[in-house]
Parts: sequence; C-alpha cells; structure tokens
Amino acid sequence: MQPPVISIHKLNHYFGEGTLRKQVLFNINLEIQAGEIVIMTGPSGSGKTTLLTLMGGLRSAQEGSLKILNQEMCGANKRQLIEIRRNVGYIFQAHNLMTFLTAKQNVRMSLELHDEMINQDLDAKAIAMLKAVGLGDRVDYYPEKLSGGQKQRVAIARALISYPKIVLADEPTAALDKKSGRDVVEIMQKLVKEQGSTILLVTHDNRILDIADRILYMEDGCLVDKQLV
Amino acid sequence: MLPKWLRRTPLAWRQLLKEKTRLLVALAGIGFADMLIFVQLGLLDSLFDSATKSHQNLQADLVLINPQFQTLFYVKNFPRERLLQTLSYDGVVSVRSLYVDTAQWRSPETLLNRGILVWGIDPANPAFNFPEVNPYLDQLKQLDRVLFDRASRPEYGPIADLLQQGPLTAQVNDQTVQTIGLFTLGASFGADGNIITSDSTFLKLFPQRQPNQINVGLIQLQPGVDPQAVQAQLQAGLPNDVNVLTPEEFAQIEINYWESGGIGFIFGLGVVVGFIVGIVIVYQILYSDVSDHLPEYATLKAMGYSDRYLLTVLMQEALLLAALGFIPGFLLSLGLYQITYMATLLPIAMKLERAAFVLLLTIIMCSVSGAIAMRKLQSADPADVF
Ligand SMILES: Nc1ncnc2c1ncn2[C@@H]1O[C@H](COP(=O)(O)OP(=O)(O)OP(=O)(O)O)[C@@H](O)[C@H]1O
Ligand SMILES: [Mg+2]
Repeated sequence: MQPPVISIHKLNHYFGEGTLRKQVLFNINLEIQAGEIVIMTGPSGSGKTTLLTLMGGLRSAQEGSLKILNQEMCGANKRQLIEIRRNVGYIFQAHNLMTFLTAKQNVRMSLELHDEMINQDLDAKAIAMLKAVGLGDRVDYYPEKLSGGQKQRVAIARALISYPKIVLADEPTAALDKKSGRDVVEIMQKLVKEQGSTILLVTHDNRILDIADRILYMEDGCLVDKQLV
Repeated sequence: MLPKWLRRTPLAWRQLLKEKTRLLVALAGIGFADMLIFVQLGLLDSLFDSATKSHQNLQADLVLINPQFQTLFYVKNFPRERLLQTLSYDGVVSVRSLYVDTAQWRSPETLLNRGILVWGIDPANPAFNFPEVNPYLDQLKQLDRVLFDRASRPEYGPIADLLQQGPLTAQVNDQTVQTIGLFTLGASFGADGNIITSDSTFLKLFPQRQPNQINVGLIQLQPGVDPQAVQAQLQAGLPNDVNVLTPEEFAQIEINYWESGGIGFIFGLGVVVGFIVGIVIVYQILYSDVSDHLPEYATLKAMGYSDRYLLTVLMQEALLLAALGFIPGFLLSLGLYQITYMATLLPIAMKLERAAFVLLLTIIMCSVSGAIAMRKLQSADPADVF
C-alpha cells in the first residue's frame, strides 16, 4: 500500500506569544490516503481553517509531525513551503481571483508556476479546463462580470488545472445558493476522481456530506473521526 | 519559440491596464515631473549656450585676454602690442583683434535708450565667422555703419522690418549711425542685443577708448600645430598682463562666471523638486495598486509564487510607468521649449544627452518608488487568505 498523502501525528498549534499564547489545535492525528474525499465539519472557531492552512504550507507547523506528500512541514524552510504550495490546489472560501485578469488568465497563472509546462499551449489547456467546469463561454470575462458561482468555478478550474495531488477547499459553497453549491461540489468530485487527487473539504453545508468517503469532526481544536457507513 | 518570460501572463502590464484612470493619472504625473526637469535643464543649457555663443563664433585657435577676464560682457582691455608680439612665435600664422563694449541704443519706435553690446571688428580681417556678415564687410569699412542682431530682444524696435525699406538711421551713444544689414547671434545673460561695427566706428562711438587697448586677441595657428604647446610658450614668454586661453577654456571661464551667480543652484533645485514630485506620484500609484490587490498577491503567494516573483512584477510596473510617463513628458517639453523661445528668444534645443539623462532620472524615480512600495507587498500573508 502507498504511503498516505497526508500524515499527521500529535500536532499542536498555538497563536500569540507569552501570556497571550493560546492553543487552538490539540494532539491532532490523521492520515488521508491518495484518492480519498474527506469532509471536515465543526463549529465556528474550532480550528478547521488553521489545520487547513498548516497542511497547505501557508503557516509553519510548530509542534508534532505534519507530513504532506512525504515532506515534513514541521520546521520546513521557506523554499520547501513554496514547493508544497505548488503541489496543492487551493479553493478559497472567497475565491480570490485576480481582478485584473480574465477567467482564462486566472487559470493560466496556476500552470505558469510549473516551468516544465510553460512551453505547452497554456491557453488551450485553460480553456479546456474552463469548459470542464461549464464556463466555455466565459473564458474572456473579468471576475467582476461573473456571478458568485461562476467565480467559484473559475477558482476550482485554477486549483485543479495543474493536476495537484491534494486539493484543499475551505467552505467553497458558503457563498452559493443550494443549486450552484451542489453543482460546484459535483464538478469538484468529478474532476478529482478523474485526476486521482485527494480532497479535503471544510464545510458547514450538510447537503453535500454525501459526496464524502469519510467525515471528520473538529471541536475545540480536537479531531473526531466519524467513519461513514 | 518565444522565450519563457514572454510566454508568461504579463501581470504588471495587465494590472496597469485594468485601472485606466489611475494609469492616466500616473502618466500625467510622471509626464509633469519630467516636463519640469526638462524645462529646468533646457533653460540652464540654453542660458550657458547663449552666454558662450559669441565665444564659439570667434575665429581663433588661441585667445589672448586680460588676466582678470571673467565674462566677455564686462571685459577689461589689454595692450594691442601683446597680440602683435605673438606673431614672432613659432606656429602663429595671423592675429585678429576685437573691441567689445556696451553702448546705448535708442529704439526708433519708442525713442527709449537701452544698453546694447557693440562688437568692433576689423572689416579686412573679421574676428567672427558669421557667413551673414561677409557680404557687408566692404560697406562696414565706411564710418558709422552697423549690422544689427535680428535675435536681439524686441525692445530695440522692429529693426528687421524697418530694414526692408532700405538702410535705417539709428542713434547709438547719441551718434547717428546707419543700420545696413542683419546677422544672428542672440540675446543672453549679459546682453539683450548686439551690433557689429568696424573698429574705426567703434572708436568713434566710444571716444574714451584707446585704439591700442583691445578686448580680445585672436590667434590663428598653422594647421597641425599643437595649440597647447604654443599656449604654454606664449604664456611663458609674454608679460603677465595677458592670459593665453584655448577657446574651450575661454568659454568655460564665462560659464563658471554665470554659474557662480547661483543660477546653476536655482535650476538644480527645480530639477530636484521635479524628481521628488515624480517619486511621490509614482509611490502613491504603486502603493494603492498594491494595497488594492493585497489579497490577490497573498493568493498568488498561497499558490506558490515566490516573494521575488511578485517583487519583480512590482518593479516591472514601476519601469513601465517610467517608460510610458517619459513619452508625454518629452513631447510636452518640446512644446514648452518652443513657447519659451517665443517669449524669451532663448533658443532651447532638445538634446539627446538631456533626453537620456531625464529618462535615466525617471527610471531611478520609479525604481525608488517601487522599492518603497515593496515593503507593503511583503506584508501580504498567504495565511490570511483562507
Ligand atoms: N491569526 C490568528 N491569530 C490569533 N488567533 C487566531 C488566528 N486565526 C485564528 N485564530 C483563532 O484560532 C481559533 C480557530 O480559528 P479557525 O479560523 O481555525 O476556526 P474555524 O474552525 O475555521 O472557524 P470557522 O468555521 O468560523 O471558519 C479561533 O479561536 C480563532 O480565534
Ligand atoms: Mg474557517
């Protein structure tokens, strides 16, 4: 069996310094295998986003062990963090597209990170990806001319186009209505299955729990694993 | 196949183009700063140019002058004998003398007197090489004949127009003279206008002047002779009531004289002000660009773009602004030079070196602003994106 793509042991995390120091993650243990779709829920302020940013290399891990794609993130240097970021696809709650780039150019930015791709036809790839998320007729639109669901789909295209081994998504449907939220999740599920990626999705939305292979529950900085039947 | 950097999305360019109004304001600001700098430098250049215009038109390989010489407009005289002595030195072919003094010219229109610079030349052996003057040399030999500088200030009267109806009677130092033709020299710091006369007319206009006391001695050397060697010999051989100068030294002393009056400082200040205005404007633009797009920069960092890459984008933006802002600044300056010329009759030419210098200043200006704005960019924290 392959080693897990995410492997966490006795991870603790603190915010603040000195007397203001406050622990937000307590003794997290978690393994996620390649190809799994995992959903994480839990009350607000329980530490879900914190855990996700640690996994994505956006924050430095402090205590314990956090291995992403076999790279130990605890004590990793800036270069190693950047390297991990390039191998993880992010879908942000607020889509954070570049307002001065069109949908196509936004998606391209993700490909341009990889030097080995730069000589391929990036535009064609970006357009194909936008078609896959149902935006074939919006490739040259600026984000301000797209609806919330359309923007979120551009963000998904951007996160998935470079075939990341891990996709991290933080409440990707929070800003969407029921129908478009469902659409977005189904597109993600389909693309991830095609690409064989692993996905970890944070959500408060009960209506999408059914796409998960496994559901995690976070409460007060502790992780509770609930196996799905 | 395109090089790698050309295949990437030009972020700097896209970002500038997205906010068209902001871009236009930035370009107007940089253009304005550049224009300020261009006008200051141009005026300074042109003032020095016009102050040495007469020097540049003298036919001389070496110049003999009173040791106290600072400016040609108030130059003391020295014995003509010294000039004749140089003829006995090896390499000296011929000499010419020149009288200079300020007279009062009465405008035929307003009848008001105004100081004008009078150049007394030997018509048989003229000190200047103005092609326009040559046809008049024979007529100048007659007494009370003058040539008028058409680039003099208009306060002297519409002389050029009046001359079309034939020779014009004028009053110089309360004596009646005939203006028989025109030449072009131009106004400058020291003189609002110029006239050329023969040496005899000059001495008649200035009765207190001694014929054997001249203002400038011009020495012509044999072709191929090293002027510096002859200069050293003359300086050593002649009594020290005269100085021997190369034409370049001659002009440089004149420039130093006007520079020491603080003119260089005043114009330099104008350049510095323009430069600072530019920095402030570009900084404002880049800073608000970065602030507005901070979450987007943080997103790029979260995707795996390095700080260095984003700093490069910011610097590209700064350089693009520099290049684009320089163009309107340059064009506006050309127009302003023309307006200045019409107002002051000081011809200001656009010089390649000046344009290159201002472009360089603009690039420095924008890079400095970019460097300050970078501090803001570094505060974009990818952990805040989620
Ligand atoms: N940068 C920070 N500095 C200090 N404390 C922080 C910081 N970010 C988060 N926290 C604290 O850490 C705890 C966990 O926050 P986190 O954002 O991980 O919660 P969450 O589970 O994602 O909540 P939500 O569902 O509302 O998004 C909270 O108590 C929060 O106040
Ligand atoms: Mg959160």
